[in-house]
Amino acid sequence: MIEFNNVSKYYKSNVGLDNVTVHINEGDFVFLVGPSGAGKSTFIKLILKEIEPDKGTIKVRGEDITRLKKSGIPKLRRNVGIVFQDFRLLPKKTVYENVAFAMEIIHQPKRLIKKYVPQVLSMMGISESAGKYPDELSAGEQQRVAIARAIVNRPKILIADEPTGNLDPDTAWEIMQLLNTINMKGTTILMVTHAKDIVDKMEKRVIAIENGRIVRDEFGMYGYMQALQGTDVTFDTVEVQTRNLFRTRFKRGGGRR
Amino acid sequence: MRSFGYTIKQAFIQFVRNFNLSIVSIFAITAMLMILSIFFIATVNINRAAETIKGDYDSIQIYLLDETTEDDAKMMIEDLKKTDGVEDAYYETREQALKKFKKRWGDNGYLLDNLQNNPLPNSIIIKIGDLEKADGIAKKAGAFGGVEDIKYYKNTVDKLLKMTRFIQTAAAVVMIFLIIVSIIVVANTIKLTVFNRADEISIMKYVGATNWFIRGPFLVEGIIIGLLSAAIALALSGGIYHKAVEVFGDQTRAMLSMDLVSEKVLVTNLAWMFMIIGISIGAIGSIISMRKFLKV
Repeated sequence: MIEFNNVSKYYKSNVGLDNVTVHINEGDFVFLVGPSGAGKSTFIKLILKEIEPDKGTIKVRGEDITRLKKSGIPKLRRNVGIVFQDFRLLPKKTVYENVAFAMEIIHQPKRLIKKYVPQVLSMMGISESAGKYPDELSAGEQQRVAIARAIVNRPKILIADEPTGNLDPDTAWEIMQLLNTINMKGTTILMVTHAKDIVDKMEKRVIAIENGRIVRDEFGMYGYMQALQGTDVTFDTVEVQTRNLFRTRFKRGGGRR
Repeated sequence: MRSFGYTIKQAFIQFVRNFNLSIVSIFAITAMLMILSIFFIATVNINRAAETIKGDYDSIQIYLLDETTEDDAKMMIEDLKKTDGVEDAYYETREQALKKFKKRWGDNGYLLDNLQNNPLPNSIIIKIGDLEKADGIAKKAGAFGGVEDIKYYKNTVDKLLKMTRFIQTAAAVVMIFLIIVSIIVVANTIKLTVFNRADEISIMKYVGATNWFIRGPFLVEGIIIGLLSAAIALALSGGIYHKAVEVFGDQTRAMLSMDLVSEKVLVTNLAWMFMIIGISIGAIGSIISMRKFLKV
């Protein structure tokens, strides 16, 4: 779905990405973690073709986007939804209008807008807020609107840039459940985050970047399951193993106390 | 077509939301256009004056003595027509000359009706194709018998041409300068409206709107500002010119024996000019101001 092959991006004073090769498959849920300035934003900007790599090739849905002309960018982005930490809703538009706006600007017919927007709002659990303005909503609700806007055009890929950064833990977890649901329906999700607890709890693939290089690429539970496909080992054994792992950790922690 | 409707609607919404700013721009551009129109009016009339004067002065008039007959004159004309640099040569009786005068004075021609007798002589009029050869032609004509006087104005015409050329160039420079200033004014106005909507624009970019789709409303907003300015400037300069013709029309007629360029012609020209300039100023201004914001 997303392929980085030997991608480097250098800025004047620092390194964005340094010879990064990584493949994200269709249907994956991937966390991108790392300290600030490690190259996470560069990674995302490269996928959206906001910036160009200095070296290497980037493929999105099989298409080499480093060769894509400027005029092809809108089409690329229509297949990539994006959610930000600060929601970026339009304050003068209602919830419904904010979501419909994403369809309007790519010339979707009114008929489809009327059909899809309520569907997505209901999926996000904010149907009752359709007529409200963003400042009348809680942070969690605002992020739901932002996610609704990002997926209403049915992108194959959803990029979430610290989507839980401004939310309390409970709300953050609700948002994660929503993202999980979206992922289950087939959308590839790439989520940038600092929230270690969420990353641990979700047990998904984790790509860690530091100084522009990938320092860790762990597959988590989902990754194990994929890796185990076709082997004798079953999900149950993995689950048992993981549970045991947690238990030992817990015991160790308890021991110290 | 749906997106066209959206563009127009958004443009008007933006225009109204930024009403104060829009008004300031309109004032500024109207002022520019007014100065421009003053230069234009001056240039057009100076050109016309130059043409009129050149029309008189690219000819050599040979005043004939009263005793020179028309037959003598015709022989001279035959001879002159063969001369290099002569485009045409013809005989003009004193009566024809007077009629011409009256016509040129237009409404004031009646002043000449009171003349006791016609003071003008019969003459031969030579139209010169090449002004550089006027000297030689004049010399040759002077050699004929029966000639009272020879009038031609090479130096005057030269000076006049130089002057008009200078004025035209100066006006063109000033006009270009003014147009650039206007574009900057519009660009800055629109930039402020763009600033207000930077978030919206970046969201549009992320969701996959094309640049032209985003630019559209701002472009139309710029064009609305440009066209409104053009309309106001046109009304004002039309009115001013109307007054100017009333006040100075008679004087120019008396001094240069020429009418000022007619109001209708001038206003039509100004209308086209303002419309084109207004649209381009608005369009170019808004495109310039958007450039940075569309880079996302």
